[in-house]
Amino acid sequence: MIEIKNLTKSFGDLLVWRDVSFTIQDGETTAIIGRSGCGKSVLIKHLNALLYPDEGQILIDDQSVFDLSYTELRKIRQRFGILFQGGALFDSISTFENVAFPLRYFTDQTEEEITHNVNEALTVVNLKESGEKSTAELSGGMRKRVGLARAIILKPDYLLYDEPTSGLDPRTSEEINELIVDLADSLDITSIVVTHDMHSVLSISEKVAFLDEQKLSWFGKTEDMQHSDNKNLMDFITASEYQINKQNA
Amino acid sequence: MISAIRELRIASGIREFGKYGQLLYQALRSSTEFSTYRKNLFHEFVKVGYESIPIIFLVGIFTGAVMTLQTAYQLDTDLYPSTIIGSIVVQSLIIELAAVISALVLAGKVGARMSTELGTMRVSEQIDALEAMGFNSVSFLVVPRIAAGILMFPILYTTAAVFGVIGGITAGAVDGILPAAEFMEGGRAFFFESDVIFGIIKSFVFGFVITSIACYKGYYAFGGAEGVGNATTRATVLSCIFVLLADFILAALLL
Repeated sequence: MIEIKNLTKSFGDLLVWRDVSFTIQDGETTAIIGRSGCGKSVLIKHLNALLYPDEGQILIDDQSVFDLSYTELRKIRQRFGILFQGGALFDSISTFENVAFPLRYFTDQTEEEITHNVNEALTVVNLKESGEKSTAELSGGMRKRVGLARAIILKPDYLLYDEPTSGLDPRTSEEINELIVDLADSLDITSIVVTHDMHSVLSISEKVAFLDEQKLSWFGKTEDMQHSDNKNLMDFITASEYQINKQNA
Repeated sequence: MISAIRELRIASGIREFGKYGQLLYQALRSSTEFSTYRKNLFHEFVKVGYESIPIIFLVGIFTGAVMTLQTAYQLDTDLYPSTIIGSIVVQSLIIELAAVISALVLAGKVGARMSTELGTMRVSEQIDALEAMGFNSVSFLVVPRIAAGILMFPILYTTAAVFGVIGGITAGAVDGILPAAEFMEGGRAFFFESDVIFGIIKSFVFGFVITSIACYKGYYAFGGAEGVGNATTRATVLSCIFVLLADFILAALLL
């Protein structure tokens, strides 16, 4: 379980958000939504202490991540898989090596075991034949799927997705959404998805956190979202639906 | 107004120096994690050392050759024996030119590569990805680069000095200024081991200065492609300035 308690973050004089608190239960998929620049990606980078807040704390199974020593923190970080916006693949090595990377450094697996596990992860993300490709040969969607294969290779407890469908065509976005749902079910992973794609939110998440006006404006179940009396949330949903309809037209 | 801007610049300079010191401290602390950076260290040895040999060869040859021609031009009199040309060229190469000119060239070649690589990794979130996986990114990326700089620059300095002498001998002989034997005789007459040690100390320091500044600027780069470009430019300019400053300080302290 991840408990976010009274988190406040600013960069210099620029306040990102203040007093953000909510809880993510094990096994749930939670979407963090909000307008561009509202600090969604900043928030998930706090979960594994890639960024530190000005105030507040985050408890992972009752352990405060900001109070850990660097060695303890590295262990906590290994419980997280993270899919970055652009995939964040290492461009000096092949697709296969990108996925194998954590195994080579954090496990004692033999070359045969590594090959087996990497091929298995690439199969999960439907990229079995792309292992020997260089990362420059991969499309945007493929890069995200390779990033996802790398994120799940150490079988993490938590999977963080930073804008998993941004910049992708509707068909590929749908494939990524299906993948997120499949992974959450098959690996029993707790997923946190940062997105402003309402179509994704409705198809993958059980809970929604809405960041707006430098605070957590709404938090609740996805099915309750459309009946909310939060005007900004309703405006956000309406604008997103308009975008989806425009794309479909 | 002007004094306010000056204060702001001083404050920003102190802050930058503090961040640089912090990165070096982290690098020093994580230098014990040899298993993390072993593979990268050998990769950097090749990149910094082996792949710089062609440019260092050219730098050495031409510096020695031009130095010989210019010294001969300046000493075009019967007051000195021609062997003095060899003495001046060899000693200048060993004490100053092989180390400083190589360092300035390597600030462009090695330093720019390092800051661009790390800057690109930073803005494309590859460094965040490393940290998120549980890696110590400083140990993985910064330590091997600085270590390779410190260990490889003395070898490159020695290479530049040797090829400088060969360039000097060749230019002297081809231009008919003095035969190789006389050049070497002059060179040997003023050859002191302490000068070589001084040159090696300089190249150690230059290796550290160039790679640490490049890593610092690249590691903290921000702002997309333009940010990486700015980081690389600043790394190269600062490296050149601090190489010249270190050169002066070492000369004042050790000569």
